Amino acid sequence: MVIEALPLQVTAELFPNGISRYAVGGLLVGLGTVVVYLSTGISAGASTFLESTLSYVSDRSRFQQYVSSRDWRVVFTLGIILGAAVYAVVYQGGAWTTDVQPWRLLLGGLFVGIGTRVGKGCTSGHGVCGVGSASKTSIIGVLTFLAVAIITAQLISALGVSP
Amino acid sequence: MPLILVGGLVFGFGLAYSQMARPEVVLDFLQFEDFGLVFVMFGGAAVTGVTFFLAPRLLGRAPLTGDTFERRLKSFDRSVLVGGAIFGVGWGLSGICPGAAYASLGIGNVTILWALAGMFIGAYLQGYWRTRSETRETAATGAD
Repeated sequence: MVIEALPLQVTAELFPNGISRYAVGGLLVGLGTVVVYLSTGISAGASTFLESTLSYVSDRSRFQQYVSSRDWRVVFTLGIILGAAVYAVVYQGGAWTTDVQPWRLLLGGLFVGIGTRVGKGCTSGHGVCGVGSASKTSIIGVLTFLAVAIITAQLISALGVSP
Repeated sequence: MPLILVGGLVFGFGLAYSQMARPEVVLDFLQFEDFGLVFVMFGGAAVTGVTFFLAPRLLGRAPLTGDTFERRLKSFDRSVLVGGAIFGVGWGLSGICPGAAYASLGIGNVTILWALAGMFIGAYLQGYWRTRSETRETAATGAD
């Protein structure tokens, strides 16, 4: 009896909230990417939107290279916001706000903005499209940011910063 | 465009459904308190993996743009490691990445505007630096 129950117990410890919402959510994220890919041939990433949108307000050559894709990237991002809003209305029953402190969000966001653009992709570009393409660059990219993120989060937590 | 909006809708709904739009859930994952998030990335990559493999073989060209179907392959250099590490610090500090930040706004999390402001500032800074160093390199080459 004890031996039979052990795997279940371990599963419950590793996945206290089960796995279905994560797996279903992940499949939908993949499906959304596939809709864009099959209709246009584009491997969509979320972080390029940051730079392509800056091309509306800045003449710097770095941003101007995204002029041709900036319009559909705005549409894609609006879709992401609306899609999440549909979830909030249907399942969440209203707005939800984070308790993570603003300075963490602002400073973390700053690093995310620099890092994703220098590193050629984020969790969607490298993680979903790149890994899906079996791209070595993306797999190395994902392992890098995942490892550093784990170390950072553990350190911050050890320093007693919460949430 | 309508299909890109549909793609975004499904993508955003999925991010919200997976709870990845909540920084707390991402931080729980990074602190080894809930490993469920692994399934979000693997689930997503599995779907794109099958599609990216089959589409070029079964379909000719993308119906809307006429583009050929290609895998997402980017050249590897040091910047992938440097940028990845910087992104990792930011992700570990804030618990939020770009796509999830947009979705987070959608679930009513106005506080995430702090992170979005940071991301735009960061993206602008690296663009500013890189444009400047490119200009300097061009000037140096021109002088030779």
